[in-house]
Amino acid sequence: MELLAFGNTGWGDELFYATLMTLAVSITAMIIGFFFALIFTPLKLSKHKSLNLIGNFYTTVVRGVPELLIIYLLFFGGSGAIMYVASIFGYNQYIEINAFITGAFSIGIISGAYSTEVFRGAIQSIDKGQFEASKTLGIKKYVQFYKIILPQMLRLALPNLSNVWQITLKDTSLISVTGLVEIMRQSYIAAGSTRDPLFFYSFAAVLYLLLTFFSMKIINKLEMRYSRGF
Amino acid sequence: MDLELMTNSFPKLLSATMVTLKLLSVSLIIGLFIGLFFAILRMNKNLFINKFAYGYSYIFRGTPLLVQIFIIYFGLGQIEYLRSTFLWVVLKEPYWCAIIAFSLNTGAYTSEILRSAFQTIKPGFIEAGKSLGLPRKFIFYKIQIPIAIKQSLPAYGNEIILMLKGTSLASTVTLMDLTGVAKYIISTTFKPVEVFIVAGGIYLFMTFVIHNFIKYLEKKFSYQ
Amino acid sequence: MNKLKKFGLGLIVSLFLSFTANAGSIKIGTEGAYPPWNSKDASGNLIGFEVELANALCEIMKHNCTIVEQDWDGMIPALTSKKFDAIMAGMSITDERKKTINFSQGYADEVASLAVMKGSSLENLDTPEGINLSIGGSEVTKALKTLTGALAGKTVCVQTATIHQNFLDSGDVGKVKVRTYKTQDEVNLDLTSGRCDAALAAAVSFTDYAEKSGKAVVLTGPTFSGGAFGNGVGVGIRKGDSKLLNDFNAAIDKARDDGTISKLAIKWFGFDASM
Repeated sequence: MELLAFGNTGWGDELFYATLMTLAVSITAMIIGFFFALIFTPLKLSKHKSLNLIGNFYTTVVRGVPELLIIYLLFFGGSGAIMYVASIFGYNQYIEINAFITGAFSIGIISGAYSTEVFRGAIQSIDKGQFEASKTLGIKKYVQFYKIILPQMLRLALPNLSNVWQITLKDTSLISVTGLVEIMRQSYIAAGSTRDPLFFYSFAAVLYLLLTFFSMKIINKLEMRYSRGF
Repeated sequence: MDLELMTNSFPKLLSATMVTLKLLSVSLIIGLFIGLFFAILRMNKNLFINKFAYGYSYIFRGTPLLVQIFIIYFGLGQIEYLRSTFLWVVLKEPYWCAIIAFSLNTGAYTSEILRSAFQTIKPGFIEAGKSLGLPRKFIFYKIQIPIAIKQSLPAYGNEIILMLKGTSLASTVTLMDLTGVAKYIISTTFKPVEVFIVAGGIYLFMTFVIHNFIKYLEKKFSYQ
Repeated sequence: MNKLKKFGLGLIVSLFLSFTANAGSIKIGTEGAYPPWNSKDASGNLIGFEVELANALCEIMKHNCTIVEQDWDGMIPALTSKKFDAIMAGMSITDERKKTINFSQGYADEVASLAVMKGSSLENLDTPEGINLSIGGSEVTKALKTLTGALAGKTVCVQTATIHQNFLDSGDVGKVKVRTYKTQDEVNLDLTSGRCDAALAAAVSFTDYAEKSGKAVVLTGPTFSGGAFGNGVGVGIRKGDSKLLNDFNAAIDKARDDGTISKLAIKWFGFDASM
């Protein structure tokens, strides 16, 4: 227990902050993932061949390549790409992106691919009659999407989104390459420093379990609320 | 972009792919047995057995694979008592540590997939078997299991792909799989982007093949 | 409304990107897992010989420095992709690395050594105390031959992307089974667990580990220098960044002359490793 003491002698406070960091990165990544999903879901459902191709390319590549590789690629190649784009607009200074954003963005891209698949499935299971009904009522296409499709889609997607959340939460363990001190990296440091890997990695497992357990409780509550009236 | 490096590293990465495929197939086979075993335990009416099986799958699905492989490799390796037992013969080798971690992980997911597949089997099938006077074991092995396999194919296909990606973590315990060799090449050329793009392409190709193979099986197994 | 949107956009942009404001400020990358060169204490602060030396050098150069952590295997790629401006991470100056980055003059030197667990059959090898691969000669050839025989079929563990890995890969000691790890901590763990028959690293990292862990890790064979082991440890700097390179060289001269490097070396290594 000495190992988990708070303050300068133990790793308790460090691991506590690391847990908050894991939570913060996961939530941010999930939100970034939603934005990606909102862009790519319509593309995937589009009848336009080239748009469809872009949508499929995103989900296939991101879900088909190990997360570790995607994170490495974004970490080493990402800032180069951003600076290249900036140089087109005439900005030639070095642009620094902090570890949190790099980490959250990498995981967000991965999370987004899974969310896209969930959204697509949800939209496809919405009754086709509703599309036609809104068409005959002369509702504009984007109004139709935001006011009719989206609310229903979110309800249908919620159970599967909890899977995406779990994937996202666990994937954050891979972003230690970006230098962000989350649960896994802090345990790694503590294990190295104290030469007690068994204790610290087991403790990390417990922390992840607690995060999964409590977040699932919250998600289940949400699900019950949104399925009211059905 | 260093195209020369990309073409030069391709053959090396390709031969490392064999290690990845070996890790994947061995883990999947062991994991399938573990999954089946725990799926059966989950359907047991004894509350203790049931909870035990649920606990196993909850723990392995609720924690990152990276943590699991680190506990098994670095964690267990530190227990001096363990090092004097026969278990050390297995745990001494990074290869077997990876196989154990991967098998237990995929076993947890497989048990969930199989369990829900068993539960969706219409009771009519089992009753039909019973009324024909077929033995309980026969019904289980010849009716329930084949239907469950068919039901679980799409989800299991996803699991295979997740596991393929999971094997990339073998490189964290010194194994020279596809990711391990990619990292090795980077350690002397210092060009991660080029090498990881090639490695990523190989992973993507494998995903593509697995995906289509499962689709083919699904078609083959469908009733219509 | 438009203003609000612009403000929101600005906020998002500034959240995502923080522009390097101070031109006189430099970032130094270190690993934080290679004691006594660089490591972390229980509060998560970076400590070690190079952390203190970096601060001393920055004071001389009158630069505003921040020391950032970077995993060893991504150290050089992170420098070239401008995540930081200099490396001070126990990195030896080698020809292979010089193809990608520049090095300042060396500030400290370390000899490499094999380590085994006490009682290993590899203890007490019949070799000279130290060999310099750049000088060569019959003594070196004989020592390498002894090592080749002793290590045949053995598993030797090293940290990835190090001079120690390069040496084992070069075939100078025959075909050993090389196993590479992300950090030296992991190498030490597996040496004590018995997964490695021997390990190769800077001699000080083994003696430091043996002292702190109380584990029976002992050095064996000759100490190595020269050849694949490079020419001391220097500051790694991006190619084309010649001003920073000159600044570091001048600062190292000054810190050597006024005894700062020696003082820090004795504090962290227990002997004067300065060069």
